[in-house]
Amino acid sequence: MSAVDDTRQAQVSFWNDPKTRSIAVQLIMVVALAAVAYELYVNASANLAKLGKTFGYDFWNKSAGFDINQSLIAYTSSSSYGTAIKVGFLNTLLVAVFGIFFATIIGFTAGIARLSKNWLVAKIATVYVETVRNIPLLLQIFIWYGAVLKPLPGPKQALNVGSFYLSNRGLNMPSPVFEGLAWMGLVGLFGGVIGAILLRRWARARQLATGQPFPYISAGIALIVLMPILGLLLAGWPVTWDVPVLGAFQLSGGATVNPEFIALLIALSVYTGAFIAEIVRAGIQAVSYGQSEAAGALGLRQGLITRLVTVPQAMRIIIPPLASQHLNLTKNSSLAVAIAYPDLVAMGGTVLNQTGKAIEVVLIWMVVYLSLSLITSSFMNWYNSRMKLVER
Amino acid sequence: MDNSLAYVRTEDAPKLKPPANLVGVRGWVMANLFPNWPNSLLTIAAGLFAYWVLSHILGWAVFRATWTGENRDACAVEGAGACWPFVKAKFAQWVYGFYPIDQRWRVNICFLVGAATLIPLLMPSAPYKKWNALFLLIGFPLLAFVLLTGGHFSFGFGAFIDVVLPLLAIVAALLPLSVFGIEDGIKSAKLGLILTGLGVVFGVLSYALGLELPAITSAVSTSYLIYVLLLLAGGALGILQVLGAKSLASQSALRAWLIGGAGLFFIAILCKWDFGLEYVETSQWGGLLVTLVVAITGIVFSLPLGILLALGRRSTMPIVKYFSIGFIEIWRGVPLITVLFMASYMLPLFLPPGTNFDKLTRVLIGIALFSSAYMAEVVRGGLQAIPKGQIEAAQALGLPYWNTMNLIVLPQALRIVIPGIVNTFIGLFKDTTLVAVVGLYDLLGIVIAGFADAKWASPQTASTGYFSAAALFWIFCFSMSRYSQYVERRLNTGHKR
Repeated sequence: MSAVDDTRQAQVSFWNDPKTRSIAVQLIMVVALAAVAYELYVNASANLAKLGKTFGYDFWNKSAGFDINQSLIAYTSSSSYGTAIKVGFLNTLLVAVFGIFFATIIGFTAGIARLSKNWLVAKIATVYVETVRNIPLLLQIFIWYGAVLKPLPGPKQALNVGSFYLSNRGLNMPSPVFEGLAWMGLVGLFGGVIGAILLRRWARARQLATGQPFPYISAGIALIVLMPILGLLLAGWPVTWDVPVLGAFQLSGGATVNPEFIALLIALSVYTGAFIAEIVRAGIQAVSYGQSEAAGALGLRQGLITRLVTVPQAMRIIIPPLASQHLNLTKNSSLAVAIAYPDLVAMGGTVLNQTGKAIEVVLIWMVVYLSLSLITSSFMNWYNSRMKLVER
Repeated sequence: MDNSLAYVRTEDAPKLKPPANLVGVRGWVMANLFPNWPNSLLTIAAGLFAYWVLSHILGWAVFRATWTGENRDACAVEGAGACWPFVKAKFAQWVYGFYPIDQRWRVNICFLVGAATLIPLLMPSAPYKKWNALFLLIGFPLLAFVLLTGGHFSFGFGAFIDVVLPLLAIVAALLPLSVFGIEDGIKSAKLGLILTGLGVVFGVLSYALGLELPAITSAVSTSYLIYVLLLLAGGALGILQVLGAKSLASQSALRAWLIGGAGLFFIAILCKWDFGLEYVETSQWGGLLVTLVVAITGIVFSLPLGILLALGRRSTMPIVKYFSIGFIEIWRGVPLITVLFMASYMLPLFLPPGTNFDKLTRVLIGIALFSSAYMAEVVRGGLQAIPKGQIEAAQALGLPYWNTMNLIVLPQALRIVIPGIVNTFIGLFKDTTLVAVVGLYDLLGIVIAGFADAKWASPQTASTGYFSAAALFWIFCFSMSRYSQYVERRLNTGHKR
C-alpha cells in the first residue's frame, strides 16, 4: 500500500470527471446539430426539387423588369436583379446615414434639455421622450407618411419657402450643377479637412509645450467651410443652381426628395432620438458631481467645466450605447418596406416575389445586416479600449 | 456680567422673512422659468412651441372633432377634426379581429384569467408567487390555446403514445442512475439498463433496415412486440429499483417522473378532447388579441430559451459557448422584419415535405427565436452581476452545476433582471406591429384594414385610426415602463445613496 495508490483511490471516477462529462455533452451537441443541419438540408433539397427550383444566384444578372423611384446609381427597369439589390442597399445606407445624423442631434438636444434647470424645457423634453419611446416605430412611420405628408396639398398649392416646395409629392429643392473645373471644390474640401487635422495637432502640441490655448475647433470648421469655396472661386465659380419651377401641373427642375424618404427619415430620427436622449441623460448624470465641483474649485467657468470635464467623461459612458442605437436605426430602416421606400429589404422582397429565391435573398439580407453589426461592434470595441480609464 | 456695553446684543435679532422673489409661486417661477435673460427667452420660445402643439392636437382631437354619427357623412365635413364615431364603430374589431362574434366570450375569458393572474404576480405583496408564475407560464398558455383555437386537434393518439411511452420507459430505466449516482446506479440496475439498451438498439436497427418506426399501437408484429416488451421491462425494473430505495432522492425522482409523464398525457388529452367549442382558425384572429398572443408567446418561449443561451454563453465548454454566441449574435444582428420574411417564406422550405404550419405559428416561431437572443443578453447581465463567491460557495458545499444554477445563481440573477425582462417585453410588444407587414392582422394591421371600409372613408379616418392606435399602444407601453422603473427602484434600495 503506497501513498500513490491512495491518491488514485481519492480521484473522481470516470463518470464524475468534469472533463469526461464536458466532452460527452459537447459530442452529443455536435451530433445533434449535425443531425438537425442534415435534416434541414435534406428537407430543403426535397422541397426545392418538388417545386422545380434550384439553389443559386443565377438570377443576379437577369433583367429585373420593375422600376425603382429612388436610386443613387443608374437603374432602369431593364437593369439586373443584382443592380436592384445594390440600389436597395445604397438607399438603406442613405437613410441610415441621414437618420443617424439627425437622431444624434435630436437626441443630444433632448437629453441635455431634460436636465435643464428650466422647468418648461425639461418637461417638454420629458414628454417628447416618454411619448415617442412608447409608440411602435412602424406606427410612427405610418403617421408621418399617411397622416402628415400624404394629406399635404398637391404640387400646385405646395407649401413654399424660397425655392423649397413641400407637397404630397415630396420636397423639391434647388440642386447644384457642377461643370468644368468643379473638382477644384473637392480638392479644397480635402485640403480643408487635412488642414484642420494638422491644425489640431499643432495646437495641442503648442498647448502642451507653452500652455497657450488656440481655438482650433472654430478655426478648423472655418478651414473646412472656406477651403472648398476658395477652390471653387479659383476655378471661376463653375456652379449653377437648378431651381424648381412651378409649371402648369407640377414642379420641374431641381432635386426631388420622395415623401417615403422624408417620412422614414423623420420617423427614424425622432424615434431613435428619444432613445439617444435617455442615453445622453444617463451619461451626464453618471459623471459624479464632485468632478464639476472640483473643476469649479480650480477656477474653471461653467462653460469650460461642461466642455472639458463633464462631457469628455460622459462621452465614455454615452458612446457604446449610442453606437448600438445607431445600429438599431440602421436595422429599423428595414421598416421602409411598409411604405414602399426602396431599401434593401423592400428590394429583396420584390426580387424574392418575382424569382421565388427565398433562401438566396434571405442570405443576402443576413450577410449585409450582420456585416453592418460586426463593423459597429468592432468599432465599439476599438473605442472602448481607447477610452477606458487607464489605471496604473 | 456687565451688560452696559452698547454693542453687545442680549437677544437674537428678529427673523426676517425670506425675500419675496425666492419663495412661493413667484419664487418658483423666478427660479425655474425666468432666472436670467437667456433662460427667459428659452422659456418663452418653449411656451410658444408647447402652445402651438397643444392647440393643434386639442383642436383636432376635441374642439373640431366629430363625436356622433353613423357613417362617413358625419366626418367628411370641411375643416372637421378627428372622426371618433369611426373608432366607436370599429373598436370591437380592433380588440377581437375577425373572431366570430358569438365566440368572443372565449377571448374575454382569456383576457380576464390572464389579467387576474398577472396582476397578483406583479404586486410584490401578493402571496403564492411561485404557483402564480407556474400557472402563468404553463397553465395559462394551455388554457388560452384550447379556448382560443377550440381544441379538438385531430392528431393520431396512437402516434403520440408511440413516441411518449418508449420515452417514459427509457427515462424510468435511467432513474436509478440519478438516485444512486451513476456508478452505483449502473451496478444495481444492470439488468434493466441492458434490457432498455437492447430495446433501443432493436428499434434503431429496425428503423435503419428500412422498416417502419416501431409502433406500439399499429399492427402488432413480432418485432414491435419485442421492442415494446424490452423497453417496458427495462423501465419497470428501473421503477422497482427506485421504489425499493425508499430515500428522499428516490421519492423526488419518482414524483418528477410521474408528474412529467402525467403532464404529457394531460396536455395531449387536453388538445384532443372535444370541449364542444367551435374551431376558430388563426386567420380569423386579429387586433389586440393577436398582438397579445404574439407578444406573450414570444416572452413565454424566449425566457427559458434565453436562460439556456445565457448559461451556454458563460459555459467553459467551447462548443456550447461558441454555439450560444453565434446563435445570439446572428439573431441580434438582423432586423426583425427579415426574420418575419424568413419565417413566412423560407421556413416552409426547411420543413419535412407535407408538413405545414399556419402563418401565425410560423411567425410565432420566428419571434420566439428572435426574442430569445435578446432575452439571453438580458439574463447574461443578471448572471454577471452575481458575485463569483456565490458560485464558489455553492461548489464548496458540493452542489453540482445545475443545482448551483437553479438554487443559488438563477433566483438572484432573475430577480435583478426583472426590469430588463419587462423592457424586452415592451420592445417585443411594440415589434409585434411588424407582423402586419407579412399579412397578419395585429392591432395596427386591423386599424389600417379598417381604412378601406367605404362606409367610413373620410379625410380624417386615417389620422383618427393612427391616433387611436398610438394612444392604445402608448397606454400599454407606458404603464409597463412605469412598472419596470418601480421594480428598479425597489431593487435599488440597498445601493442608492
